[in-house]
Amino acid sequence: MSEATVSIRLRRVMFWSGVAMLCAWVLVPIYLIALGAFGGRAGVFRWPKNLLPWDSGLAAMQAFLAVEGVWTAAVNGALVACLTMLFSLLLGAPAGYALARYRFAGQDAFRMLVVLTRAFPLAILALPLTVTFIRTGLYDTPLGVALVHTALALPFTALVSSSLFMGIPRELEEAAWIFGCTGLQAFRKIVLPLALPGLAAAAIFSFVISWNEVFAASVLTVRNRTLTAYLLTVLAESPLHFRFAGGFLLILPSVIFIFAVRKYLFAMWGIANR
Amino acid sequence: MSGIRIDAIEKRFGAARALEQLTLDVEDGEFLALLGPSGCGKTTLLRIIAGLETQTSGRIFIGGRDVSALPPRERGLAMVFQNYAVFPHMTVYENVAFGLRMKGATAAEVNKQVERAAGLLHIEPYLERYPAKLSGGQRQRVAVARALAVQPAVLLMDEPLSNLDALLRLEMRSELKSVLNSSGTTTVYVTHDQTEAMGLADRIAVMHQGVIEQIDRPQALYERPATRFVGGFVGSPPMNFIDMPVKAGLARLGDFTNPVSTGRDTITAGIRAEDIAVVERGGLPFDVMVCEPLGATLLLTGRVAGQLARVAVRPDAVVAPGDRLNLEPSPGRIVWIDPANGKAIGQAA
Repeated sequence: MSEATVSIRLRRVMFWSGVAMLCAWVLVPIYLIALGAFGGRAGVFRWPKNLLPWDSGLAAMQAFLAVEGVWTAAVNGALVACLTMLFSLLLGAPAGYALARYRFAGQDAFRMLVVLTRAFPLAILALPLTVTFIRTGLYDTPLGVALVHTALALPFTALVSSSLFMGIPRELEEAAWIFGCTGLQAFRKIVLPLALPGLAAAAIFSFVISWNEVFAASVLTVRNRTLTAYLLTVLAESPLHFRFAGGFLLILPSVIFIFAVRKYLFAMWGIANR
Repeated sequence: MSGIRIDAIEKRFGAARALEQLTLDVEDGEFLALLGPSGCGKTTLLRIIAGLETQTSGRIFIGGRDVSALPPRERGLAMVFQNYAVFPHMTVYENVAFGLRMKGATAAEVNKQVERAAGLLHIEPYLERYPAKLSGGQRQRVAVARALAVQPAVLLMDEPLSNLDALLRLEMRSELKSVLNSSGTTTVYVTHDQTEAMGLADRIAVMHQGVIEQIDRPQALYERPATRFVGGFVGSPPMNFIDMPVKAGLARLGDFTNPVSTGRDTITAGIRAEDIAVVERGGLPFDVMVCEPLGATLLLTGRVAGQLARVAVRPDAVVAPGDRLNLEPSPGRIVWIDPANGKAIGQAA
């Protein structure tokens, strides 16, 4: 065996062990949580563990979902996350487009400002926000929480979509104008399809940000808790297998969501066509 | 029918002037090249014609219609961009059909025009592919086909060949010429490559620092440049500029004399490298520094009375660096230039 083939073989081993490690990094914890979630009271302490989470049936999970408040909280959380996704895209993408395409006075300052919104500790804002929300009737509503979450996700969506639009050559839009498009048509027919994968990624991210956020959700709601906020208050006094079930429920939407739009994440059109 | 009239167009970016009071007529069916170094304003002018840039003042007419304030889509033109700007998420067919579809053409009409344009540019085999799968040259063809498919009154091209390699560029150049000749489209073509402009255009407008220095047919431009800049920019090697003292209406340098009409005491002789003969004695003394055999000619670089000059001689001439030659420019082909303002004497510039 020559030296070259040894080094190729070595590289291959390195590559696949790297892949295996990364997969394990993500999958093993999820697997263990799933085991705990589906195993029920007995499953948590059993040894040896079941090989597959659903070996002991769905009864434990069903029992958890039947606990009062869990299902409502999950629906609430999903609703808030979807609203956040919608708002941050509707507000962030145009801001990103403006940052990418137009030169205006105070552009850099604006860019800085967008990032600076993240510099305010939410804890300081909590009290004024609560008071304002109670006054305007937004307190304890999914819409109110979604608005705060939008504020958290917005810098991310605006900056990501701005670099996204910057990556789409201006000439493509100009060509569309020349060949008969209005500004809006050019955006819809040319820019949007090309930006879609990136916008989908930004949307997922704002969904996940909202779904995972616990502080604002806890402070601003009492009865209409999101799942994260609900679990935070309840789980401390819950048996172990309930905690696992709660954790599993928290992970699930993100994983499903990313799985659903993975096509947009990977199937890029190859925008770099210069 | 679809000539272009550019009437006193001016463009300022802040305090900087990109174009100064520019007036230009392009006849119907004419191929006009805008030639100039980078930053001379040629692309700005093209983009103003297209409507992608707004002029500070002045007006544009296409086919007699004032389009100065119209958006690009209403100007009835097509454009080929420097980086092709082929839509990456559409097949070649959809790219070529794009303008027709936007006009609301029927499916049959779209099909017919796409096939015609694709046939002209030889891209039929790729119609169902995505641009990412094409080479630069093929993408360029798609961009040209997309422009021709709409049968535009005016075609604008912004350095369309500059991203291609040299061999492909030559091939595309002759192909473009034959395609555009047969379609008879009024074309404005921006380039910084003088051979491209010479080879393609009916007329060339040489631009420099926001003004048009000269507009003329390629050959006339080459032989009778109106300014020193044009002579130095058009032609390869560039024109030689040799300053000569003038005494009593006679320019004299070495043993070379020529009557000139100037009030100044020096004058610049603009001489093409191939308009110089090597003679036994007399003429301009020329000290050879470098010999470059170019195949068709032997290019000599040297000095005439301390001034840099290039001379093209027969390829079989026996010359070595360090030699002193005697040069005799053919007097009728010398362009006399006023050294103070760089303008040719005896010409309206």
